[in-house]
Amino acid sequence: MAVKICSEAFDPWQEIQHYQQSAKDMAGQFGATSIFIGTMRDFNEGDDVKSMTLEHYPGMTEKQLEKIVIEARQQWPLLDALVVHRVGEILPNEPIVLVAVWTSHRGDAFDASRYLMEALKSKAPFWKKERLKSDVERWLDKNTDGYQR
Amino acid sequence: MSMSIKVRYFASLKETVGRSEDDLAFVGLATVSDVWSCANAGQPLPDHILAAVNMEYVDRNSAVEDGDIVAFFPPVTGG
Repeated sequence: MAVKICSEAFDPWQEIQHYQQSAKDMAGQFGATSIFIGTMRDFNEGDDVKSMTLEHYPGMTEKQLEKIVIEARQQWPLLDALVVHRVGEILPNEPIVLVAVWTSHRGDAFDASRYLMEALKSKAPFWKKERLKSDVERWLDKNTDGYQR
Repeated sequence: MSMSIKVRYFASLKETVGRSEDDLAFVGLATVSDVWSCANAGQPLPDHILAAVNMEYVDRNSAVEDGDIVAFFPPVTGG
């Protein structure tokens, strides 16, 4: 299981590939890999967004993410999990978050990755500040509940 | 005996209070809400603000201890 905070742009596909290759214990064991990638949009709430700054609480972020992974592990038989989150200045089309989960069967992979993302959204101490095309800056108020349609 | 408490502020709250940290000294018992009020001219802790002690989420009525780091921040917006 790994949790990683990146201050530079990251390639989620490379992260997954490297992690899976290095996690030799699960070779031959996993039948399902569920991947979620969150990417920055160039629009939000009807406005064009130029860039975004992601602030976090170093130390607490890692602690909370590790806790969330442990909680998921207690609920589903995870073979492995990887969480990568970006901080700092982010541009549209750059990945913000990666959650990858390896399990024997698909149901557990889908459910655990969903749980990890929703828990991350509500508990991990990250804060987004958008810079609009007009150069106006604004903090996002709160995350929406991902289970609501 | 007096307690030393470090207070940290993040994101929009840091901009609102105009600083990122405070160092406080308390005599006797204090809760997380007391720490906020002491650092912010007696004001009550706003309802929407979250609190953590030593990087774990806590209730605003929980007690603080000597050497604790108390963090205040707005709802999180990562992911």
